[in-house]
Amino acid sequence: MASADGVFSPSGKLVQIEHALAAVSQGTTSLGIKASNGIVIATEKKSPSILVDDSMLEKVAIVCPNIGIVYSGMGPDFRVLLTRARKSAQAYWKRYGEYPPTRVLTQEIATVMQQATQSGGVRPYGVSLLVAGWDIHRGPTLYQVDPSGSYWAWKASAIGKNMVNAKTFLEKRYNDDISLEDAIHTALLTLKEGFEGQMTEKTIELGVITVPTPAEIEEGRTGAATGRPKPTFRKLTEEEVRDYLAL
Amino acid sequence: MSIMEYNGGSVIAMVGKDCVAIASDLRLGNQALGISSNFQKIFPVTDRIYLGLPGLATDVTTLREVFRFRVNMYTIKEEREIEPETFAHLVSSTLYERRFGPYFIEPVMAGLSKVATGGFKPFIAATDLIGCLNFAKDFVVAGTASSKLYGAAEGLWEPDLEPEQLFETISQTMLNAVDRDAYSGWGVVVHVIEKDKITTRTLKGRMD
Repeated sequence: MASADGVFSPSGKLVQIEHALAAVSQGTTSLGIKASNGIVIATEKKSPSILVDDSMLEKVAIVCPNIGIVYSGMGPDFRVLLTRARKSAQAYWKRYGEYPPTRVLTQEIATVMQQATQSGGVRPYGVSLLVAGWDIHRGPTLYQVDPSGSYWAWKASAIGKNMVNAKTFLEKRYNDDISLEDAIHTALLTLKEGFEGQMTEKTIELGVITVPTPAEIEEGRTGAATGRPKPTFRKLTEEEVRDYLAL
Repeated sequence: MSIMEYNGGSVIAMVGKDCVAIASDLRLGNQALGISSNFQKIFPVTDRIYLGLPGLATDVTTLREVFRFRVNMYTIKEEREIEPETFAHLVSSTLYERRFGPYFIEPVMAGLSKVATGGFKPFIAATDLIGCLNFAKDFVVAGTASSKLYGAAEGLWEPDLEPEQLFETISQTMLNAVDRDAYSGWGVVVHVIEKDKITTRTLKGRMD
């Protein structure tokens, strides 16, 4: 056998993972920025034809009331991971009566992705993810997960086709005490670099984490008993996206 | 004769002002025959949570180890100590996993939980043997003397007791209740949990 899938090459690389990363870098650009009072995740949404009903396309998704994710890469692979993430969050809720902290949920997704690099008969997931969440322990946090299953916390990051340019752009723009509103505008400005076509509420998706006040946290505790804590993550509506684009 | 009364034993937890107390008897019996007067049923879970496990003695030991395992795994995975509310849900779901072949234990827990604004809030809870949670604002009881503990606690407990008063209240409640129960008694242990201190005292009781 000259070569086999899922084994190390003599130079120490796993070619399947390299190919997965190549699949990600063909995907549309997504990015996330952590602000002082929240997080924004954003992505470019591109439909293959004008005939596609783009209201069906969803790239920014809610995992549980305190966590949202966005992806670049292969849509179907993302759908599988999203389902796993949601199941994991509900299983955590069933055991502990609260939703998981961002890091725990991220680690769970990363474990699923790592297993695809070592199991027989499967290929790695062709997606990178940005996981934005809020929890009482660490506050707002933003993680990136790659096909290898490795994950890091970021202040701001970009994935997909334009990630290199977008990251350079973010490095220039970012500072630690940026507000959520400013972060949303920076996110749109970053996407604008190398955007193909028109930026509209149909071609942009935004999700935000808003940090709750101590009073809201206490309220959330009582809400948790009824199983309906106040969400800290939400997707922006098309109207809201349009308003941000107009500014 | 119910398996819940096979070894005897009782636990109570009470809320005070910025403190909580949890107490149990020390008896281990084989039905009416006393075996030991130093059988601990209350265990520390974290620096701020204590768990009482009255019921079948073999399950006391098993569940103590189950919760030690699960809390340790939680602490490592989450890189933080478990909060009392979260721990109460863990107790509940752990017991409900054995819905149709339960552990014969009715857990009681007491602790101080962190609040978002800083500082701590008293927390007590109890469940039945399949994990139905009871979050009480005043006191919770369990074990063979539970009916007597209810009576004594109803009469003695009042809101906003300071740690020393709370100790007196829970001690008198416990001592007087277990004297009216043949399967509980043979000494009492009381833990008072404050934000920076835990006081554990062992009380002598009637030995009959």
